Amino acid sequence: MSYLYLVWSNLKRKKLRSLLTLLSIVVTFVLFGYLSAIKQALTGGVTMAGADRLIVRHKVSIIQLLPESYKARMERIPGVVLATHQTWFGGIYQDPKNFFMQNPVVPEEFLDMHPEMLLPPEQKQAWLKTRTGAIVGRKTAERFGWKIGDKIPIQSTIWAQKDGKRLWVFDLVGIYDGREKNTDTTPFFFRYDYFEEARIGGKGLVGWYTIRVKDPAQAAAVAQKVDAEFENSSAETKTEPEGAFIQGWVSQVGDIALITASILGAVFFTILLVTGNTMSQSVRERTGELGVLKAIGFTNAQVLALVLLESCLLALLGGTLGLGLAWLATSRGDPTGMLPLFYFPHRDLILGLGFSLALGVVTGVFPALQAMRLRVADALRRM
Amino acid sequence: MSEQTANAGNGMLVQVDGVEKVFHRGSEDIHVLRDLHLQVPAGEFLALMGPSGSGKSTLLNLIGGLDRPTNGTVAVAGERVDTLSDRRLAAWRARHIGFVFQLYNLLPVLTAERNVELPLLLTHLSRAERRKHVDAALAVVGLLDRAKHFPRQLSGGEQQRVGIARGIVTDPTLLLCDEPTGDLDRKAGDGILDLLQALNREHGKTIIMVTHDPHASARASRTVYLNKGQLSNEPVT
Repeated sequence: MSYLYLVWSNLKRKKLRSLLTLLSIVVTFVLFGYLSAIKQALTGGVTMAGADRLIVRHKVSIIQLLPESYKARMERIPGVVLATHQTWFGGIYQDPKNFFMQNPVVPEEFLDMHPEMLLPPEQKQAWLKTRTGAIVGRKTAERFGWKIGDKIPIQSTIWAQKDGKRLWVFDLVGIYDGREKNTDTTPFFFRYDYFEEARIGGKGLVGWYTIRVKDPAQAAAVAQKVDAEFENSSAETKTEPEGAFIQGWVSQVGDIALITASILGAVFFTILLVTGNTMSQSVRERTGELGVLKAIGFTNAQVLALVLLESCLLALLGGTLGLGLAWLATSRGDPTGMLPLFYFPHRDLILGLGFSLALGVVTGVFPALQAMRLRVADALRRM
Repeated sequence: MSEQTANAGNGMLVQVDGVEKVFHRGSEDIHVLRDLHLQVPAGEFLALMGPSGSGKSTLLNLIGGLDRPTNGTVAVAGERVDTLSDRRLAAWRARHIGFVFQLYNLLPVLTAERNVELPLLLTHLSRAERRKHVDAALAVVGLLDRAKHFPRQLSGGEQQRVGIARGIVTDPTLLLCDEPTGDLDRKAGDGILDLLQALNREHGKTIIMVTHDPHASARASRTVYLNKGQLSNEPVT
């Protein structure tokens, strides 16, 4: 029999108590996994943002439009390699709950600007040939069961067509995948020329521009030049790195990192108390037995190690189960279908394991020290 | 007594000289043992009798290294037990002392064989070797067929036999029994005493047994009496 058997036997002493404590720890780490995935979903875009891409929007607000003519002027600015635009379409597919972003774009330059979006060449060609053609990310396609060739009707809340109707129908000609795990594959893109020709109002106006700079180290300087180009015009611009732009969107929800840290902090504190109480009770009930172990010849250090091992085993078991369940659940994807990415990052998984070990140590150290300090003769009297 | 004398090989396994033990309870000092002298030769079965509170268990604890005397010396097998550090004392106990407790003190979460195996975890024996020693100890106490049973599945007498098996599994120098029949009926108690006598006579085990039962002490080769912290060879009247 190894020490591990002795520890495991002690955990089975009060099965219900151990099980309930274990379940508490499992739930804690399932929550940890889910919150990590949500945090990654909301902030992952920031890390994936192109270092050589800047976003140019209206200085007043993103909802204010910019002239399409700005493209040529931007591309003449030294340091700018390419400029392309998108516009917020604000459409609804069947139900407002079925949210995903839909933007009209200029296909070739859009795909050139976003090499992380992988579209098969034949689908790209089909898009270029089909005026009403659209492409969508794999995630959204799977969410609604779309296939190439489907007609996708989308009701726009903003843009009406010349006939006054707000229902736009697109031909799905391509499904793109992300080059990285973090790449957002939820948006839907269709052709700007079709959109511009068919819409009433807003003619010649676009939502925002994405520009690629030649040298990312010069991004700040180029951003200043772009804004200077349009200063004192009817549509002044604000140019910022893509990561900062995305961060700005995320910040509208709130400080995600702080929110998740606060929730987890409260949960971990609670589980600390629960597990700590379990361990303290367990040691108190076994004072006589610990005295017997010492009488037999177990040293103070060995008794301390046995108690610590017990708490660490309980915490690690619960933590591993919880993290494993979180991993399985998040690997099935975002249950809402709306988040751009949804997965449990490896680094957070390892961090979770570290937290579970730390939980075991922190909750076990005080009872372990109590056990270590027991005087044998006094402890035996309590058998 | 000097350390030299304790190691001098005078044939005494246990040598207690001038031992005093004082417990402090708040502002009160309780003198449990006073200037106590005791010699136990190897191979003896000694019964230690006395009324409740006379200090029998305290003396046993001092000899077994579970406590330290306030004054005086305790030597067992030539080792000055009262001067060892806690860590060395634990190792010393593991090697030299087997304990048998009044309430058996078995770990309820372990089977009989796992309980008996506990002291062997502190040795360098392999799993197979530990198993052999455990089986041998359980065979001596006649419980090899109950090895897989938990304490709750054993009678009081059987649990005490397992306790004795645990006490002898490392082949200790000295077996210390604190009221081993105190919680048993006469028949079960006799069984335990038979076993202790056999360990002494057939296996040469040195045994010190604390008891308040004259019927138990009659099984010993010698009885000493403890009263108000002092030893005598005559019973207290």
